[in-house]
Amino acid sequence: MTISIDPQKTNNESLQPKGWLRYFSFSLDHKVIGIQYLVCGFLFYLIGGTLASAIRIELASPMSDFMPRDVYNQVLTLHGTIMIFLWIVPVVNGAFGNYLIPFYVGARDMAFPRLNAVAFWLIPPSGLMLVASYFVEGAAQAGWTAYPPLSITTPQSGQIIWILSVLLLGGSSIFGGINFIATIIKLRRPGLKLMQLPMYCWAMLGTSLLVVLSTPVLAGTLILLSFDIIANTGFFNPVLGGNVVVYQHLFWFYSHPAVYIMVLPAFGLVSEILPVHARKPLFGYTTMVFSIMGIVVLGLVVWAHHMFTSGTPPWMRLFFTIATAFIAVPTGIKFFNWVATLWGGKISINSAMLFSCGFIINFVFGGITGVALAQVPFDIHVHDTYFVVAHFHYIVYGGTVFIIFSSIYHWFPKVTGKMLNEKLGILHFIITFIGFNLCFAPQHWLGLNGMPRRVAEYDPQFQFVNQISSLGALLMAISTIPFLINVFLSARNGKDAGDNPWNALTPEWLTSSPPPVENWEGEAPLVEEPYGYGKEIS
Amino acid sequence: MTTLDSSKEIQKNNSEVKETHEDFRMFGLITFLIADGMTFAGFFAAYLTYKAVNPLPDGAIYELELPIPTLNTILLLVSSATFHKAGKALLKDKNSDSQKWLFFTAFLGIIFLICQLFEYFHLPFGLTDNLFASTFYALTGFHGLHVTLGTLMILIIAWQSRINGGRLTSQNMFPLEAVELYWHFVDGIWVVLFIILYLL
Repeated sequence: MTISIDPQKTNNESLQPKGWLRYFSFSLDHKVIGIQYLVCGFLFYLIGGTLASAIRIELASPMSDFMPRDVYNQVLTLHGTIMIFLWIVPVVNGAFGNYLIPFYVGARDMAFPRLNAVAFWLIPPSGLMLVASYFVEGAAQAGWTAYPPLSITTPQSGQIIWILSVLLLGGSSIFGGINFIATIIKLRRPGLKLMQLPMYCWAMLGTSLLVVLSTPVLAGTLILLSFDIIANTGFFNPVLGGNVVVYQHLFWFYSHPAVYIMVLPAFGLVSEILPVHARKPLFGYTTMVFSIMGIVVLGLVVWAHHMFTSGTPPWMRLFFTIATAFIAVPTGIKFFNWVATLWGGKISINSAMLFSCGFIINFVFGGITGVALAQVPFDIHVHDTYFVVAHFHYIVYGGTVFIIFSSIYHWFPKVTGKMLNEKLGILHFIITFIGFNLCFAPQHWLGLNGMPRRVAEYDPQFQFVNQISSLGALLMAISTIPFLINVFLSARNGKDAGDNPWNALTPEWLTSSPPPVENWEGEAPLVEEPYGYGKEIS
Repeated sequence: MTTLDSSKEIQKNNSEVKETHEDFRMFGLITFLIADGMTFAGFFAAYLTYKAVNPLPDGAIYELELPIPTLNTILLLVSSATFHKAGKALLKDKNSDSQKWLFFTAFLGIIFLICQLFEYFHLPFGLTDNLFASTFYALTGFHGLHVTLGTLMILIIAWQSRINGGRLTSQNMFPLEAVELYWHFVDGIWVVLFIILYLL
């Protein structure tokens, strides 16, 4: 059965607000929704960043003097939850996915535009709810993992609001995932084969599979947890005969894939950016596709490596260590491919390229510490120390957030029709790169020496290294300033970009900048070689 | 950011060529049901782990009787068949037959829910009595929520399949097919639940 699109129905422009007002409307245009995701996510990034700064100010001295201990717990919980569920997941999936995927598959919009808008509009209320919970008896204090019994014994209202908010965000994520799978599989332009899709489509397909398979388990778990908190049941409460380890298993069944939900789209985005700025075809397209799918499959069966100290039996430790180490293989393939893409290319050193290269450097470091953490003897030594914090931030900040910035520099000309200022962009990169490494590299040392994470106070011997780390955090906070100035100035009076300032070959550059409402004037172009650089003209 | 002119041009383009694409609503629904199934899978995994690891404390009561759930299994299986009948009837443009079968299916769903509530009221344990009691109520309750939503949706499409002015016709089968798939899914989950909770 086919559906015919009635032009009167889909194009009823008079009902949709115009200009900047449409960004506050229930718009069905995938490009508007993408920008809504991005801007909303960035606002939450600023909130989460402020909380991170508060954490680093507190940790500049060994005593808890900047804020009381329970406020510190709330701040770190909010920081983690906001950064993961309201900044990285919505932006790297929702924002870029919505903006780019319809272009890449040669469609006029996503498969389910209304569902798409619903998925976005679940985010602002749940985010505001989460932030507002701080003012109602205090926010949740159990960290973003909400491990029981801690999450059962801390004040209830904050924890329940946290659960509701994460449930809504999970729902939004599932709706988005369903939409991406349907768009990529079913909405491809006739004649476009799966193996001709730009790599970001594959990354989003893999990510969406993970979202659809694992997020519902988290939702079920959090419902059980809320029963424990409100109705006094004992699923995860040892006092009432419950089992905390079951919570950890169910939680990490989502939350380990969640790391790939945050990182796989970044892998896809960097695969789009590098070939354009190195003027070379993406190296090893087929191996890239298979390694993404390999990461998806392996990503679902490694969750218990977060639980080596939870009384996990030896056979389970063995299995999860091996499975985790295996993930390094597909990931390694991808890194070799990116380096090989750069190799001998005509590299232009611009902000997008610099952030992508920064990503490669940081992520390799975070990946190596990840393999180290997968080894049981080492993990038991550094479990719940700052080593884990450093590893995680190398993956999600040094990895994903660097790619988010790189992508903003790369696609800003497409979205607005204006170029970003390169000097400010490079300044932004330098401060971010130095600040980030100054902040998180010393934390490896702190963790190896036994400084526990999530505690407001620490042994005074760690003070100097913590102050270096806080200095790095200050630089990271400052780095946002040139970025914001750049975006606002360039959007107003930046250089005109033209339709294709990078001479890129992927489909989104073949339409005007900014693109028209339904993406193409006339039929969508068939792009069979999205990375065919250096073939026609050289 | 988009200029008005370009959108007008597209409108012109579009009214000349009417574009068509494949119907992928069912595909989206199946993806959603896979996700929904994973929620149940999480609950089942938790229940089975409890069963393997956490012994029932001394003096705790957790006993289930088979007659009502067996009746419920039969009710749901029959309702799946009657729903199928409704679809067949609609395909032959026999809207009133289809409507009758749909109402009968919804009736079976309501009987199922009444039986479930009857069982709840006559069980020797409550929600917070012990771990297994809690899991039992969480699982059957979550499934009951699905049955409730399904019954409501069946009533809605039964209303929509009325002869004059109903939007459910043999040309527009999707609402019926979607609810039917959902209903079969809920039945399938019940069979798994029946085996795991009552028989194992």
